[in-house]
Amino acid sequence: MTAKASRPSEEMLHAYVDGLLGGQEQGVVERFLAENPSEAIRIEAYRRQNAAFRVLADAVDSRPFAMPEFQARRQWLPRALRAAAVVALVLLGVGGGWWLRGLEYTERVGWSDLAEQAAVAHQTYVPEVLHPVEVSGDQEKHLVTWLSKRLGNPVRAPSLRALGYDLVGGRLLPSSSGPAAQFMYQNARMNRITLYVLSSESGREETAFRFVRNGPVGVFYWISDTLDYALAGELERERLLEVATAIYKQLHNL
Amino acid sequence: MDEFGRLIEKEVPRLRRYAHALVSDPERADDLVQDCLERAWRKSHLWVRRTNLRGWLMTILHNLHANASRRYSAGPAMVPLDDSQYAGATAPAQADRLQLGALRDAVQRLPLEQQQVLLLVGMEQMRYAEAAELLQIPVGTVMSRLFRARERLRVLMSEATQPTLRRVK
Repeated sequence: MTAKASRPSEEMLHAYVDGLLGGQEQGVVERFLAENPSEAIRIEAYRRQNAAFRVLADAVDSRPFAMPEFQARRQWLPRALRAAAVVALVLLGVGGGWWLRGLEYTERVGWSDLAEQAAVAHQTYVPEVLHPVEVSGDQEKHLVTWLSKRLGNPVRAPSLRALGYDLVGGRLLPSSSGPAAQFMYQNARMNRITLYVLSSESGREETAFRFVRNGPVGVFYWISDTLDYALAGELERERLLEVATAIYKQLHNL
Repeated sequence: MDEFGRLIEKEVPRLRRYAHALVSDPERADDLVQDCLERAWRKSHLWVRRTNLRGWLMTILHNLHANASRRYSAGPAMVPLDDSQYAGATAPAQADRLQLGALRDAVQRLPLEQQQVLLLVGMEQMRYAEAAELLQIPVGTVMSRLFRARERLRVLMSEATQPTLRRVK
């Protein structure tokens, strides 16, 4: 019988199975296995497992596979238009930030109706643990279709993943001027922000960003031709502006 | 297809090997991969950037299979399955075919953490340190899981093939 001291470690035996040993160590293992038939059977079984996995892997790799068609839901613009948009952005950037004029914001002491309702909705649903949203973000298509129908205008849930925020979902809300929508986003630190959307009253042309703060909740809001938006979050103004700018750019295909 | 789509597409070959190690019918194994990709796509908001996509996808696939294994199995577990359905591959010999069946049955009975290590090392021929990095666990843990998985697999497979061998005698 082989002395105990010559028994290779279990690590070494498995490294042998995986072909990771150098010549000298391999020799040690092979001598040990030659002297220990029961261990040799066990190690041979492990080697066969690996061999079987490889047969399987080769068979699978040679079999054709059809990738499922995913809906490109984060793709707002056709390819050509997107290229044009990039060119436009570069040109505008060269233009010394002229374009940013449209994103200027002013600080206000009072609350507009829009911002106030957004802030109230934010404070109502953000602390919610069990039911933060009515329709969760994994049913985004359904959510957006439903809210668009109720608001009477096509709404979209912008993707904020680049800023670290994932869509939790959304809900329909009552407001003083008809149905409103709220989209909720959350980052890895469980910080939540909400985007409040309302159908615009006709005849308003104000597009500037405006900012109000009430206690911890800051709200950036702006008005487009069909919808009014208000982004609420317990964030510093600069950070909230960054998010609002990203949303603005996405929603207006900039 | 967006960035996330491209990222998961890169993982498809690995997911397929994993699925085919769990499901004997190649069509159903690919169905499982399709289901996994679709679920990953729908749940992509739950995937936090920078975390391990491969491990996340493997977990989805494992869970889908564990929760609906009947959907993906072609029939009673012990029916010998025809691996000649794999187009292009050299048809495995009868003994290999039996062994592949036994292998799948055994792999399914391992806990997820052991399946992952076993397939990464045995099938993907990954080094222990690579597997450790991918699964974000210490190398020592990779090894202990691997050793347990191999031994359990050996016992399960010898149980599965023993009666056949006796008859051959």
